[in-house]
Amino acid sequence: MLSIFYQGLPAFNPPQDDIVAELSEIESKLADVVPDSSEARALTAREEELQKLQATINKSFLSKPPAPGSREAGIGPALMGSIWVCVGCSVFFLPLGVGTAVFLEEFKPRNKFLRWLSDMLQLNISNLAGVPSIVYGILGMTVFATMFGLFGSPNDPFFELGTKFKRQYVTEGMQVVFVPVSERDEVPTLSNGMTALKSDGTEVKLNIIGDDDEFPEDDETLNVSLLSDSEGGVVAENAWYSFRLPFGRSVLAASMTLMLVILPVVIISTQEALRAVPTSLRQGAQGLGCTPWQTVRNVTLPAAIPGIMTGCILSMSRAIGEAAPILMISGIVAISMGPQHLMDDFSILPLQIFYWAGQPVNEADPHNFQHVAAGAIIVLLLVLFAFNSVAILLRQIAQKQLS
Amino acid sequence: MPPKTKPKFLSRPSNSESGQVHPNIISMDNFCAWYGDFQALHNLKLDIPENRVTAFIGPSGCGKSTLLKWINRMNDIVPGARASGKLVLPDIDILSRSTDVVALRRRIGIVFQKPNPFPKSIFDNIAFGPRLHFAKLSKSDLDDLVEWALKKAALWNEVKDRLNKSALGLSGGQQQRLCIARAIAVGPDILLMDEPCSALDPASTARIEDLIFELREQYSIVIVTHNMQQAARCSDRTAFFFEGKIIEEGETEDVFTRPKEQQTEDYVTGKFG
Amino acid sequence: MFWSFIPYQDELMATADNTANQKPVCLQRREFRSLAATRFREWFILAALACCTLFTVLITVTIVCLLVGQTFQFFSMPETSITDFLFGLKWSPTLGNEKLFGIWPLICGTMLVTVIAMLVALPLGLVTAIYLSEYAPQRLRNVLKPILELLAGIPTVVYGFFALVVITPALQAVGLQVDFYNAISAGIAVGILCLPTVASLSEDALRAVPRRLREAAYGLGGTKFDVSLKVVVPAALSGIISAFLLAAARAIGETMIVAMAAGALAKLTFDPRQQIQTMTGHMASTATGDISNFDVRYYSIYAVALVLFFITLSLTVIGNIVRRRFQEAYD
Repeated sequence: MLSIFYQGLPAFNPPQDDIVAELSEIESKLADVVPDSSEARALTAREEELQKLQATINKSFLSKPPAPGSREAGIGPALMGSIWVCVGCSVFFLPLGVGTAVFLEEFKPRNKFLRWLSDMLQLNISNLAGVPSIVYGILGMTVFATMFGLFGSPNDPFFELGTKFKRQYVTEGMQVVFVPVSERDEVPTLSNGMTALKSDGTEVKLNIIGDDDEFPEDDETLNVSLLSDSEGGVVAENAWYSFRLPFGRSVLAASMTLMLVILPVVIISTQEALRAVPTSLRQGAQGLGCTPWQTVRNVTLPAAIPGIMTGCILSMSRAIGEAAPILMISGIVAISMGPQHLMDDFSILPLQIFYWAGQPVNEADPHNFQHVAAGAIIVLLLVLFAFNSVAILLRQIAQKQLS
Repeated sequence: MPPKTKPKFLSRPSNSESGQVHPNIISMDNFCAWYGDFQALHNLKLDIPENRVTAFIGPSGCGKSTLLKWINRMNDIVPGARASGKLVLPDIDILSRSTDVVALRRRIGIVFQKPNPFPKSIFDNIAFGPRLHFAKLSKSDLDDLVEWALKKAALWNEVKDRLNKSALGLSGGQQQRLCIARAIAVGPDILLMDEPCSALDPASTARIEDLIFELREQYSIVIVTHNMQQAARCSDRTAFFFEGKIIEEGETEDVFTRPKEQQTEDYVTGKFG
Repeated sequence: MFWSFIPYQDELMATADNTANQKPVCLQRREFRSLAATRFREWFILAALACCTLFTVLITVTIVCLLVGQTFQFFSMPETSITDFLFGLKWSPTLGNEKLFGIWPLICGTMLVTVIAMLVALPLGLVTAIYLSEYAPQRLRNVLKPILELLAGIPTVVYGFFALVVITPALQAVGLQVDFYNAISAGIAVGILCLPTVASLSEDALRAVPRRLREAAYGLGGTKFDVSLKVVVPAALSGIISAFLLAAARAIGETMIVAMAAGALAKLTFDPRQQIQTMTGHMASTATGDISNFDVRYYSIYAVALVLFFITLSLTVIGNIVRRRFQEAYD
């Protein structure tokens, strides 16, 4: 299995320092000897190849955005997207999952009917764990992303916060200027001398040419001149706290959907961690007059924390690798930057791999998207390996502490 | 095997010698308890005197631990456990639904079979209960309280230099004394002990027995044991349980040397159990 | 007797002397925290935790309501009918004017992949489980178990890529006439994915068989092989069946592998060498299109999802019930 992933290694495009060092060493040695022409030629040929390689490798694979050419493609935005979604997802599943597990495990009722009810809840959770993740994807798509269409479409949301709108115009001198507006649908009335922003942020005074006005001659004026009936497109600018209903194809919708996928797993593993805490500790606390919640907060939870962390980290590593639900929410999105706020478009590593693996293979070119996909897989597996190592370490701590 | 006599150097006065009258602190009448359909206790009638040590003896499964757990309502969380009859402190009906178990357990401390210190420091273990219960607890008050409780449990000299170390580093006997200190730091009137020495070696056991005898000056102690010598050594009164009933109950000396019932005699002389 | 030499006699006496009767301030003062406040907080927290738990119920209810409601919407469209959906043998939601929605080609594709996956996962998983629980020394177990867990943690896109880049070429190399996208390589990859589930659940079941059963069989002169196969495996059979059911549910719901390696052509075939489409594959391929387009194709994913949900839910419920019965039998 490793051999295919070896193909992915060129995608990383490492700095190749060792080869450069080796080469310069050989070169210096050769310089000492009489510079034989044939050997020198062989060297330059190899050097040329190396230079070509380095020319294609100008940016790191980890930070570059995806590109139409396989040599230029990178996983920067997808990696950032994965991190955002995963962190966002843990913000939701931690309180919900641990809360549910504590409720089911530590507040067991004595009443017969309630006991039956809690059994049913338990059965419900184990069944939720068996629901295919794509069904959660459909749920997330309908409930979070489009919200049943109750709040308008994601492109024309019912409620928006932290979004500023600008109208974009192209002046007669082919310069782009922006006129700020307060609402999406507002069309500013263009008047002579009104201020607008250039793309670098500097303010300019607009010169509006009416039907009767003369067309200016000099470039300077042309650059800030607009026809009075010119039309501009809406540009939205989101602040870091921006929020909207429905969530659309946003990081938030994806995080909440992934939370649904791994919530049952988190609950079940947290319950196991709580069950591993010896009953004698609980009894000790209750004997001192602790209420059930005080027992949980002061004794059971602290003792179970390493076990709970292990379960949560393993669940998070599952969340990182999950692609199907996100596919339902956002589809394949080509973006050049990682997400900047919770409502931003995004892509994640597994989806990027899915997309690349499905690209047609060009037999003529030895470097194709399969290699990029393999490279991305190596990154993904390294991340998962790191997660799993931490989890195993924590598990050992947990076992030591409770024994 | 005949019961051993008490160690002489402590010159413990027995109840009958001192001639003091000890009012009852716990009394029960017609007390029954069930686990589901199984009746664990049948119509118990028993009075437990103040500032004395009362021992419950009997073969395993005879219901002595069940009774102990009902005294501070530890059975509340056990599914299917219920009880009827009278089980009262002088001012509190233990079984009443309106009785707050937190207030009850503040008055009735419990020490378990296996030492169960929390995985915290020694200081935090003792301070655990007070921090929960006492309002306006200043740092110096807490320090005083921890020191007092540890001295009471005869543990102070051993741990005073390592109060911030983990309690799990202590030996088994020390852990059990820590649990006793933890229980008395809340300021209870009654201490329940569920076979407190069964997991300990003989030297630690002896120490705890002496401690129990010391503590009865201020606490009413109920101790469950299946070790008859232990009951003989450190208790003032003894109740013998068999199959969920109290067969005999009285001054320890009487129960062990002049048992009224044949079953009691068989048990204390080791014919069964 | 040992207590006549007790070295701490002095300490005990000292304890009794100086501090015994002087209770610390807070015990004399007896000012307790308000029980009412504690009770109130207790109720508040209990309510919050109960809300967390109710959320899980809400998820189930929402899934069911959503799928049923939207499926209703799907069937109310002019192009569709329930009879066509349940009994139709053609699935072509995109082709021009003639849109056909018969679920059977998708179910057939799903079953094809699942059967292949189970043919891979069940024997291998069971053998692994028997080896781990009956034969492997403790040290080897400690190494193999985490490796199995690691295998379970590998993302499904990786398995899909593996199927595409390794399994299909390998099948072609051994002379099988398979398409570039085909059911068999997807099925094998799904089987590898399900292997850890089968292995670890069956191993749990085998280990739960009480020792006394094994000892009795050994006592009658059984060999290790006899004991494992004729005593332990039958005794753990219901546990193994539940492992199989849960793994099958997982195989049916698997999306990325089939979306990558099985193709996107829904047809009614039992030939694993051809490309097929599964229920999940249809949903994934629809989602990669435009989802804001509320047409009949968009609603078709809900109908398919309802069928998928129904199948996997029944498998999981039966699996979980069988597992519970089994656990109770040996508790």
